[in-house]
Amino acid sequence: MNESVVWLTIFVLSVFVGIEVISKVSSVLHTPLMSGANAIHGVILVGAILVTGHAESTLALAVGLVAVVLATINMVGGFVVTDRMLQMFTARKKPVARGGEDA
Amino acid sequence: MIPVWVQLAYLVAAVCFVLALKGLSSPRTARRGNQIGAVGALVACVVVFFEGELDHLVPILVAIAVGSLVGVLGAQRVQMTQMPQLVALFNGVGGGAAALVALLELDEFVDAGTGAGVEEFALVATAFTVVVGSVSFSGSLVTFAKLQELMTTRPVIFAGLPVAFGGGLVAALVLAVVVVLQPALWVGVVLALLGLVVGTLLVLPVGGADVPIVISLLNAFTGLAVAAGGYVLDNTVLLVGGTLVGAAGTFLTLLMARAMGRSVAHTLFGALKGGSTQGAGMASDRPVKSAGPADVAILLAYAQRVIIVPGYGLAVAQAQHTLRELVDVLGERGIDVDYAIHPVAGRMPGHMNVLLAEAQVPYEQLKEMNDINGEFKHTDVVLVVGANDVVNPGARTIPSAPIYGMPILDVDQAEQVVFMKRSMRPGFAGIENELLFDPRTTLLFGDAKDTMGKLLNAVKAL
Repeated sequence: MNESVVWLTIFVLSVFVGIEVISKVSSVLHTPLMSGANAIHGVILVGAILVTGHAESTLALAVGLVAVVLATINMVGGFVVTDRMLQMFTARKKPVARGGEDA
Repeated sequence: MIPVWVQLAYLVAAVCFVLALKGLSSPRTARRGNQIGAVGALVACVVVFFEGELDHLVPILVAIAVGSLVGVLGAQRVQMTQMPQLVALFNGVGGGAAALVALLELDEFVDAGTGAGVEEFALVATAFTVVVGSVSFSGSLVTFAKLQELMTTRPVIFAGLPVAFGGGLVAALVLAVVVVLQPALWVGVVLALLGLVVGTLLVLPVGGADVPIVISLLNAFTGLAVAAGGYVLDNTVLLVGGTLVGAAGTFLTLLMARAMGRSVAHTLFGALKGGSTQGAGMASDRPVKSAGPADVAILLAYAQRVIIVPGYGLAVAQAQHTLRELVDVLGERGIDVDYAIHPVAGRMPGHMNVLLAEAQVPYEQLKEMNDINGEFKHTDVVLVVGANDVVNPGARTIPSAPIYGMPILDVDQAEQVVFMKRSMRPGFAGIENELLFDPRTTLLFGDAKDTMGKLLNAVKAL
């Protein structure tokens, strides 16, 4: 089997899965979903690590390290901020005694 | 050759991403979903070190530590009201990272020499990642500037913008072909710069109220750039993760656009079609009826049914806690009070729910637009706090208005409407609201937090 076709198959199936899994999302969750998806594409960090690890010149190394920093910010920051949003969604389910943190 | 167990670990990560998106689309499982996604990403980022020999391990680990620190601090320190622009920023840096990765890979292709078995399709994917990543980077920075109000939130249009944008696109396409036929690093760099220009020109004409849709679209773009990067690097987790985000993000963009009653094309290019979409943008000096907190307190305290329409202005003033107290006091007087939440209240769909949840407003009191719109007819007083565009009847009646067609809360059907506003300045969309001049409307001017406190005391004193 042609290798490019294998990749194309993975791509096309992933498109359908991506649409299918979020097709029933309620508008309340649009923002956290966008933010969570945003964090997932931070996985470009894997690519950044690979190219930086193979860098042969100082310039390439420097550019690669910038990419690693940016990708990490995207991934780590993305998951943390999404969790912060969703924490509030779960917190309000049970009537919480009001703490003093927002006084 | 990548070890089989590493490839299997990538598969695990990819499955985590699917489960994450699935979890994120339902309120009960959303938080767990996000955590599963984080686990998947962590797995992928650990096993990559076992994929093969990697140099520069120490600088890479330091860079990861720096990025994590910045990301965590940014995510934890940000005010919830400013969250949309933070998401835009995170998306932008992700796109930038993808573009840089592709440029470095292009550099390796060039070093390997032409005809060294680098297939053309990999070069196509490289060029795609460079351009789309750059577009996402600069576009996201412009949306950030708009949301942070570092620049005007109204559409920025200048003569020749459509020509420049079209020209930029064509030039990018030509250069991409050059990269494929004659791979050279400098062409890739020019391509990236062109991407930055195109991304900027793409977002400049978008009006403030439409910015969330654009963030979502750019998010999908970054996803596709990452997917193409995965093909270039022979990495399945990048391909699957990026494609999932690209597909889900595109679909989400359409859903958001539908919630706001407009098409994505209109969002992006609507402002280019003519000046009429720009709106008034200035405070009007037509007569309005205004009142003090004491008058409004009486209005509220002797009503039977009250609906609160919270907007972004409420959150900016940090008045949501005082508002909740006011609602509690009204509730104790036996008044039936609910919050009407427009799908795009705040700055993004669902943003207002997050902001009110932070103020411990009970879930049951938050009513979505479609559930509550029928009830305004039977409502004595509607209190609009820091909202404007989402209750503007112009969305139904003025075809030239930028918000025309957006579903709105039918506040104008209520007996009395009280607007709590800082000034007569128009809303985020930059258009005037006829409802402000309606005889049934009362305006309560002042800072939302300050005025809300006075209103609360006045109601308590009755």
